This record gives sequence, structure tokens and C-alpha cells, in this order.
Amino acid sequence: MLRKPSWSRSPSPLASLCCAVLVAGSVGSAWAQENADCLACHGDKDLTTTRKGSTVSLYVSEQHFGQSAHGSLTCVSCHADLDGKEVPHNVPLARVECGTCHAIEAAQHAKSLHGKAIARGDSLAPRCVDCHGNHDILPVGDPGSAVAPLRVPFVCGRCHQEGSPVTRSRAIHQDHILENYSESIHGEGLLKKGLIVAATCASCHTAHSILPHTDPASSIARQNIAKTCTKCHALIEQVHRKVIKGELWEKEAHVLPACVDCHPPHKVRKVFYDQGMADADCMRCHQDPALRASQDGRSLFVAIEEVQQSRHAKVTCSQCHSGVNASRLRPCETITAKVDCASCHADQGQLYQKSIHGVLLGQNDPNAPSCKECHGRHGILGRLNPASPTFATNIPNLCARCHREGEKAAVRYKGPEHEIIASYTESIHGKGLLKSGLTVTATCTSCHTAHSVLPRTDPASTVNRKNVPATCGGCHHGIEEAFEQSVHATMVGKTDKDLPVCNDCHTSHTIQRADATGFKLEIMNKCGKCHGEIAKTYFDTYHGKVSQLGYTKTAKCFDCHGAHDIQKVTDPRSHLSRANVVQTCQKCHSGATRRFAGYLTHATHHDPKKYPILFWAFWGMTTLLVGTFFVSGVHTLLWIPRAVQMRRELRAAEAEAAAEIAAARAVPAAGARGTPAGENAPKEDAP
Amino acid sequence: MTDVGRPGAGPAGASAVRTSTHTHELQFCRFTPLYRTLHVLMIVSFMSLALTGLTLKFSYTGWAGAISRLLGGFQTAGYVHRTAATLMVGIFVTHLTDLARRKSRKGGSWRALILGPDSMLFNKKDLHDFGATIRWFVGAGSRPRYGRWTYWEKFDYFAVFWGIFVIGSTGFALWFPVFFTRFLPGWSINVATIIHSDEALLATGFIFTVHFFNTHLRPEKFPMDTVIFTGRMNLEEFKRDKPAEYEQLVASGQLERHLVDPYPPVVIRAIRAFAWTALSLGFAMVVWIIYAMLFVYR
Repeated sequence: MLRKPSWSRSPSPLASLCCAVLVAGSVGSAWAQENADCLACHGDKDLTTTRKGSTVSLYVSEQHFGQSAHGSLTCVSCHADLDGKEVPHNVPLARVECGTCHAIEAAQHAKSLHGKAIARGDSLAPRCVDCHGNHDILPVGDPGSAVAPLRVPFVCGRCHQEGSPVTRSRAIHQDHILENYSESIHGEGLLKKGLIVAATCASCHTAHSILPHTDPASSIARQNIAKTCTKCHALIEQVHRKVIKGELWEKEAHVLPACVDCHPPHKVRKVFYDQGMADADCMRCHQDPALRASQDGRSLFVAIEEVQQSRHAKVTCSQCHSGVNASRLRPCETITAKVDCASCHADQGQLYQKSIHGVLLGQNDPNAPSCKECHGRHGILGRLNPASPTFATNIPNLCARCHREGEKAAVRYKGPEHEIIASYTESIHGKGLLKSGLTVTATCTSCHTAHSVLPRTDPASTVNRKNVPATCGGCHHGIEEAFEQSVHATMVGKTDKDLPVCNDCHTSHTIQRADATGFKLEIMNKCGKCHGEIAKTYFDTYHGKVSQLGYTKTAKCFDCHGAHDIQKVTDPRSHLSRANVVQTCQKCHSGATRRFAGYLTHATHHDPKKYPILFWAFWGMTTLLVGTFFVSGVHTLLWIPRAVQMRRELRAAEAEAAAEIAAARAVPAAGARGTPAGENAPKEDAP
Repeated sequence: MTDVGRPGAGPAGASAVRTSTHTHELQFCRFTPLYRTLHVLMIVSFMSLALTGLTLKFSYTGWAGAISRLLGGFQTAGYVHRTAATLMVGIFVTHLTDLARRKSRKGGSWRALILGPDSMLFNKKDLHDFGATIRWFVGAGSRPRYGRWTYWEKFDYFAVFWGIFVIGSTGFALWFPVFFTRFLPGWSINVATIIHSDEALLATGFIFTVHFFNTHLRPEKFPMDTVIFTGRMNLEEFKRDKPAEYEQLVASGQLERHLVDPYPPVVIRAIRAFAWTALSLGFAMVVWIIYAMLFVYR
């Protein structure tokens, strides 16, 4: 509530007269107050009131008010509801109606976006005072004015900067308006160079008739843009005839490009576009298929349809082929520089320059690819267009042009990866992309990036060891999360050795499904690369031996230890912790008990200290084995000479017996033939 | 442990004697058809067990992978191993049942069966025979007059008894680890693995070298003795090999009851083909074991 100070009235006859003259028509009160009457209270710096729970000063500086544009007016000129009222007055006062004097502006404001928002009851909508201030209003021309050109961006920016309640809760299609503006040629002119004639927000949007661009009456409606811009850029059509033909620009705004098509609002670039060139001027010569460069005879023919169907359909020749001079007969003869895509695609250009491709190009390496090697020239298409070489399914072939085995990049490459393209094609990613047509599948650029391609040895590379989990995690997020908690994560594992990252187990280009037989068997060697001893002992057990025979259903490293969430076995989270181990065994051995889990999965009988029982069991069995073989071996060796002797005697006896039989048979025929016994005779000599 | 009866004691044997002609000699029948069948089944199951088991034991050799694939992959090899194990347990049980039946048919006591002259158990004569054999080996005596079962045959027999018990029991522990660890500690499965594996190595090594030599490869029998398949052996050979048994049969006048006709040549050829296969397989495994043990052992 108003704190009322002791009240003294000292009416000034002159002021009363002025007031009466000024407001008599409208107010028609009995008598008018002097400003001094008001200042008697409001000149007190401590005069406050409470509005909506916060303390608000009601102090009015007599000095500032006196210097303001309204310094010659009385308080009641604006606070008309107090005219003729007793002071101290009641609160609250009626809102000051600026339109009483500023009728045109008030009318414009009422029709504007802001005014309509006020009418809707939008609490965020600005009223006069929000931009202009109240008692200290200065003329626009005064540099101290709240709405002086230099301050306009900040006045508007109060509501239209990122993060303000307005940008957060209202639909505004442009973003980073204030930042972009301050970087634009207009903003730089105004804010850095102090050119108060440079366009501010109000120059394009107007001060009071601010309307959405969809409103035909808006200064930024498509058909009005030319008019708005030409307020400053008065004769732009004369120097800008590549897209505008005189006044057609304004008359046929619906078919012709508007200024903002090339010069985005708020981002109006500082690039000096070559003026005065229309594509038709270029095509006069370049439509000739026989046109060739005099230097090297390369074709200079340009299929204009190709350009027209490309992403750059609305970009003119001279925007890329900068440096033309329209006043020459051959405007292009002044071109000295190659096309620099970065003049528009600045971010990509910056990344590219740091990439290995860009670095090599900077060294004039003949093998280095520039933008056009991947994106093409005149017919550039967006990467979402299936016909584009940068469309997901076309990327492997695009990179293969240089990186396929035997091609120029592959020949230069000295690292361990070979048959990259062929391997990728057969990998799970390659199959997903090329066979299943999944355009979301990882392709070359998913891991290596499109423009920041760097060798894996570069710490900034996405395929550098320390960045690999994040790179893979771009798609495999859940796995990265688990991995980052595991003993293998660099944040967790404490070792001076290299901890494994995704590709150490999964490889880079020959990635298989984790449930593929080959992968399951190969993984043991991968773990064994670091865990050599423990892997060896695993192969001494049933699980290991069976796995070695190529059987995938027995427990492999990851079946017990986990794949990405591996923890030390002493960690309660581990699959092998006391609380979890039985459950882990039960995955395969249903009904397994804690006693069952006591099976030594990495046991070896070669370690008498760690596994004495196994050690002695093994040597006991070995002794039995050696002993048995020794005794039987000696027995057999001793036997052999006797057995050989027996065989000889046996043969001799057989021969003898045969001879007797033969002799017996020969007797009846003895007269006719000679004795056949002689035939068997040599057998008797047989040993 | 037991008397193992001779076949042919009966009318069939007698008629065989009567119907035999002079065209071929009668043979002494040493083994009953049941024993011959059991031995053939034993060969089949033992070979299967050895082959599939060795692939696992020597899984780190290239051969193991190749054989495992040949057998239809590890899983199939596992089935083969367990099926063969079941078969072998079946053979064992059949043999024990046969012993019990034989005892009751004879009406004798277990004691008579165990301590009788034809018992498989070692007795004084075996001790004497062993000493005499060593003397014969070193040239200090003549060949002992062996009876129905020589001491090395008895050793082979009990090696199998022991082997089935040791390998079988540990094998069951490995087959049903969840059940066995209800009352045994987890590490007992590790111990069972070692015992199973090494005892099996002993068994295969012994059978494919010592047994093969003692019965098939010793020069007077070389290259093989088919008596376990045919059941028959020439009378002369019998007289020479087991003089004590021969004399006892002659003395008791029972020899003729054990004489039978030989098998026709085609049967002998088939038997030899089978025997050759088994022998070759055994030798191949010995070579593999030696290679794995000597050159790539770990």
C-alpha cells in the first residue's frame, strides 16, 4: 500500500493553467494539479509500494523527467485519471494511454503481433513502456534513447534472446536471432562500427507494425521484402540483375526469389557476392557442349538442367565461381580462385581443413579429395537423396573409389586394416546397409565422420582408441553405458596397459553378429591377447577343450564374465560374485548349486601351490600310467626273442609236416612221376 | 574271479565230432558265442569312446578338430561317447549276469567258482608261471605250461574291470555334474576330469600296444589271432599254447566235447576284415597319442 508522507500542497498557478489548457477538453475537471504536487510525494526516493508481492519504487526523478521528451508536460497529462482528484490519490492508477497523443503509433501497435497479444491477455506482450521507458523517454534521435538505433537490438533482445521466457514459450521460428544479427553485416555495422544507419530490428520489422511474415501486411511478408530492403538498398536491382529483372522483383515476388532466399534474415552474410551476373550470362558460352578450356582442353560444358535439379538450384553460378566481373565481355576472365564451398559451408569447410583429406589437399597432394570428389560438381544432391553419392547406401562405394584394395588411398595406407571395403561389405554393418537396405546402419562416415576424417593415431580422431567407445556409443548407446561402468573402461580400470575398446574384440571392418559361431570362438583369442595365462588354463578345462573343437554352446569367457559389463569377480556387480555366481552357472546348468559353482573353471594341474589336489591327482595317474607301461613294456620286449624263436620252430615243423603229407601222397604215383617231396624241401631250411 | 566256461560242451559238440569228415580238421572251441559277441561289442564301444574322447583330450591338435567334424561335430561326438559308454556298461552288466547264471547252473558255490582251476583270479600257478616265463625269456628255462588263462590274459581282464570302474564312475560324474555336486565338492569334477582322462589314456595306450602285441602281434600269432572272433583254434595250436588245459581235458576225456567244425573261408575273411579295421584304428590312435604327447603336449 501507498505509504503516505505528510502532505503539503503548493499549487503553481502557471502549471495549473497549462494543465487546464492541455487537458480541459478531455478531462474537464474542476482543477488541475501541479507536477510539484505529485513530486511532493514521488520526489521521495524511498516512496515504494508493493505489487504482486514485490516492492516497487514510486520515485520519479524530477531532473530526468524534466529532460525527457515529455518534460514539458504535467503528470496528469498522461496519468489522466488523476486529473482533478485529491492527492494523495488512491491506487492503483489506470494505465497510461500513450495513444491519446501518439494515435497513429498506438493504432499500429494495436494491430501488430504485440498489440494482439496484449488483447489476448498475453502477460509477456510488450506495451509502450516496455520498449520506450516511462518518465525518462527521450526522442529516437537522442543516442540516450531506449530505442536509439544502437540500443534497438538490446531492447528487442530482452525478449528475443535465447532462453528468455518469450523464446521458450512462444512459437518463434528463427533462433539465435540476437547472436546471428550481431554477427551479420548489419549487426557488425551497427554494433562494431557504430553506423547508426545500419539496419536494426525495427528497420525491417518496423517499430510498431510488427507482424508475422505470413501476414500480407507485414514488412517481412514475401512480397514486401524487396520493398523493405530497398528502403536502404535503394537501387539494388540495378546491380543485382542475376535474379531480379528491374521492378519484376517487386511485382512477381511469388515467382522470383526474395532477398532472404539468398541472404537469410538475421544471418545476412558479409560475403561480397559478385554482383550483376545472371546464370544466363554464363550459359551463353557454357551451354555449348564443345566448349573446352584453352589450357588443358577439358570440357567446360555445363548442363544447366543438372544445376537446376541440384541442391544449388537457387544458387547462381557466380556465387560459387566468385570473382566474375560483370562489366567484362567475358565476365569470368577475372576469376582467379577455385570454387570455395566453405564460403557458404563454413563449418564443414573448417572441419575438412583439419581432416587428413584437407591437410593433404593443403600440401597439394594429388590424391587428396576435395569437396567435389565426394559431392560432385553442378549436380550436387542432398545426402538424403538416394541418387546422391553421399546417400547412406552409396557411401561405401564412394569411399571405395580410393580406399578399395589397390586404389590410391589403400596403397598409401600403412596401417593394419586391409580389404576394408570387401570386409565391410561382409560385416554386419555392411550387410545391414547393403543387403537389408537399412539406411541407419553404420557406414564409413558413421565412424570416421564425413568431414573430420582423421587417422586413428590422431587424438582428435573419432576412431582414436580413447574415442572409439563414444563413436560406437553413438548408435550402441546402452552398450556404451554398460561398458563405461566395466573394468575395461578407462575411467574404471587401473592399469598402465591399453584397455580394450570396442574394436579390439569386435574388429573394425569385419564386425560380425555377436551370436555368430565365428565370433564366439574368436572372442577367446581376443580375451587371451591380454589374459594369456588365464585363457590357457581355461583351455585345460572341459569348457575350453570343447570350445576349441568349434562348439559354441559351452561357456566362453563372456558367458560367465559378461560381455560389456565385465567387473572384477570381487565386485558385487560381477556375474561371478558370490551372490551371482550360482545364477550364472544356472544359465546352462539348470539346477546348479553353490557346491556346483565350486568347479574350478580355470584349473590347471600344473600348479601345485594353487591346485594341490589336481596336481597330485595328475601325477598319481601319470605314475600309474608310466608304471604300467614300463612293466608291460619290459615284459613285451623280453618276450619278442622267444616269440621269434617259437615262430621259426613252428614254421620248420609245418614244413616238415607238409613234406610228410606230400611224401605220403606221392607214394602211389611214384612210378609215374618223380618225388614231389623235393618241392617242399626248401621249407625245411626256412628259419 | 571266475571260471569262464568252455563252449561246445553238449550234444552239438558231440555231433560235430561225429559228422566231421577227413576233408578238414576239427578245431577246439575256446569261447562261447556270448563272449565273442561281447568282445565285438566291446571293440565297437571302446573304439568309439577312445576316438571321441581323444578328440576332447587332444583338442588342441589339428587332428582333433578334423575327427570331430568327421564324426558330425562335437555334439554328435558327445552323443556317440555317451551311447558307447552306456553300451560298455551294458556289456559289463551282461558279463556279471552271465557269471552269476553260470554259477547257479553249475550249482557250485562262489568259492568254487573263484578258486577253481579255470578261475580268472590270480592263483599260485600264475605266480609260478610268471617266474617261469621270465626265466624262459632270459633263456633260463623252457616255456611254461600255461593253463586255460595265462597271467597276462588275467591282467588284461582285470585291467578292463578296473578301467570300467574308474573311467565309468568318473565319467558319470562328468555326465551329471549337477547331480554329483549335490554331495561332492565342485573341485571333485576337476579331479574326475583328470582321472577319467588319464585312466582312459592308460586304457587306450595299453590295449592298442600291450594287448595288441600279447594276443595278435607276437610273432607266433602274427599278424592276428582270430580266436576271440571265431571262438575256434587249431588243435595243434591249442596243444602248444595251453598245454596244461589240453592235458587236463584229455585226462578228463572231455576234449572231444569241445571240438567243432571250422567256419567257412568267407566268414573267416569277414572276421579278418573287421579285425584289421579295429587293429588299424587302434594303431592310428596310438600314433596320434604319441604325436600329441610328444610334440604338442601342454
